[in-house]
Amino acid sequence: MLAVALSRVESRAVAEEVVQEAWLTVLRDLDRFEGRSALRTWVLGIVVNLARSRARAERRSLPVPVESPGPVVDPTRFRPSDAASWPDHWALGPVRWAVPEDDLLAGETRRVILDAVAELPSAQREVLALRDLGGLTATETCNVLGLTDTNQRVLLHRARSRVRLAIERYLDATEPT
Amino acid sequence: MTDDNLREMPCRELVELVTDYLEGRLSPADHARFEAHVADCEYCAEYLAQLRQTIRVLGRLPEESLSPEGREALLTAFRDWSRR
Repeated sequence: MLAVALSRVESRAVAEEVVQEAWLTVLRDLDRFEGRSALRTWVLGIVVNLARSRARAERRSLPVPVESPGPVVDPTRFRPSDAASWPDHWALGPVRWAVPEDDLLAGETRRVILDAVAELPSAQREVLALRDLGGLTATETCNVLGLTDTNQRVLLHRARSRVRLAIERYLDATEPT
Repeated sequence: MTDDNLREMPCRELVELVTDYLEGRLSPADHARFEAHVADCEYCAEYLAQLRQTIRVLGRLPEESLSPEGREALLTAFRDWSRR
């Protein structure tokens, strides 16, 4: 639930308030739960709605998130499509990193990852939070956010790719190789 | 090196299919091409490994992100709930 709330609002303190408010709503309205959706989906739907209205209230003008179309990896990282040999293959491969997960989750890298998530367009952030932070299935995520299966997957793909890129950029700039 | 696998699904295309692959949404033919490509291409293998690690790290972010006060408030809410 916190992950879902964090997907919409800026600060952890606000997200925690949203989660608590959501619990109160759940407790109050449990009698009205009709069993048409899974309980989990219903509860998370409440969190999403609360977090959305909270985000609306907090921002004077909400910038419209622009879905950036186009490739998830910088096109210049690949050989030209008309290259004589190995067209469209990596020219400059991904920057290698040999960093254990625990180290990625600690210190400055953790901040880089959190910032990358926070800076995602809101639709991508919501899907990423539900799927990868909250551990929901694709079907649950589609139900909570009202997305088609394909859109959910596209948003997830873009979001994950951007977070990977943020880690790569950060480690490339800081890791001696 | 089996060049055909690498030519049929070039790296530029493969990076756009990683999520479909991980979600099990590629056609059987594309799934086979994807795996054959990754087996032959160290850059794409690295890219796939990095994306998998990114996903695992994202999954572990919430572990420590709840503050002690927030956790306490939630536990209290649970206790109140179970008492009703």
